[in-house]
Amino acid sequence: MKVSVITFPGTNCDHDTIEVFSQFGDDATLVWHQDRDLKNPDLVVFAGGSAYGDYLRGGALAKYSPVVAEVIEYARKGGMVLGLCNGFQILTECGLLPGTLMINIGLDFICEHRHIRVEHPNSPWTHGIAAGTVLDIPIAHKEGNFHIDAAGLQELEDNERVLFRYSDEFGNVNTDANPNGSLNNIAGICSANKRVLGMMPHPERAAFPGLKSQDGTQLFKALQSYFAASG
Amino acid sequence: MIKASVFVKLKPSVLDPQGKAITSKLTELGYDSVMDVRVGKVIEIQFDESDKASVSEQVEKMCATMLANPNIEDYSYNIEIVE
Repeated sequence: MKVSVITFPGTNCDHDTIEVFSQFGDDATLVWHQDRDLKNPDLVVFAGGSAYGDYLRGGALAKYSPVVAEVIEYARKGGMVLGLCNGFQILTECGLLPGTLMINIGLDFICEHRHIRVEHPNSPWTHGIAAGTVLDIPIAHKEGNFHIDAAGLQELEDNERVLFRYSDEFGNVNTDANPNGSLNNIAGICSANKRVLGMMPHPERAAFPGLKSQDGTQLFKALQSYFAASG
Repeated sequence: MIKASVFVKLKPSVLDPQGKAITSKLTELGYDSVMDVRVGKVIEIQFDESDKASVSEQVEKMCATMLANPNIEDYSYNIEIVE
């Protein structure tokens, strides 16, 4: 699988992301935000960090980088795009995903391990992972409080576009398990065609031996098995 | 020259956690009649031109596409000639 990871000024998880995909033998390369050549990828990743320092709003200035126009076009043609943390914010700002990541309800930057529950297995991102599977994945953000209007929320739920919810370690979804105030404990959503995913948790920070959790590996393995199955 | 002052604030329907924290602190400090606080942004833009209509058109576009997030924010602006 060919993976292109976009680097904006202020992106800081791009090399970690490359490293994770490389573990699986993928051909993962960096693409600078001023470039227009996506390098013919199977998957584009907006990695975590603080593109443009999160000035104005997270992702608000990044969306004007030349590469983003190319990514939007790529996604419109059915290309797969993954946004992790700040990458999720960029996806909402540039219109590839609906909603907004607002400031956390407790106003704090939260950097800790959290549990998320896999909601639907019928997406490239959760391919082969049973619904209800609980993963231990770290979060690290101040603006992760997912907000959308009532009609938009209904649309996401009705079409099985909420792929991950914050839960406790047993998979119970409740207010105590919600770190940031996100509506319906939403941690990650996908596009209508399921090929664009945005999630606040950092699976790439739970995919190396020796770290507290390796549960992020399951998501990267899901992608591998999706690509293997789809030829 | 023209100065545009853009005011961006959260829509009334959107919860403002910063405003809530400030409300609660002001009440704690004895400002008993404070009912609610909403936090927004002021963005001042200087223009090297004197056509208010042209500036207004540009500012409207800037607000709609970049300065405010239409999902959660409303905006307004003042445009004034400055020396």
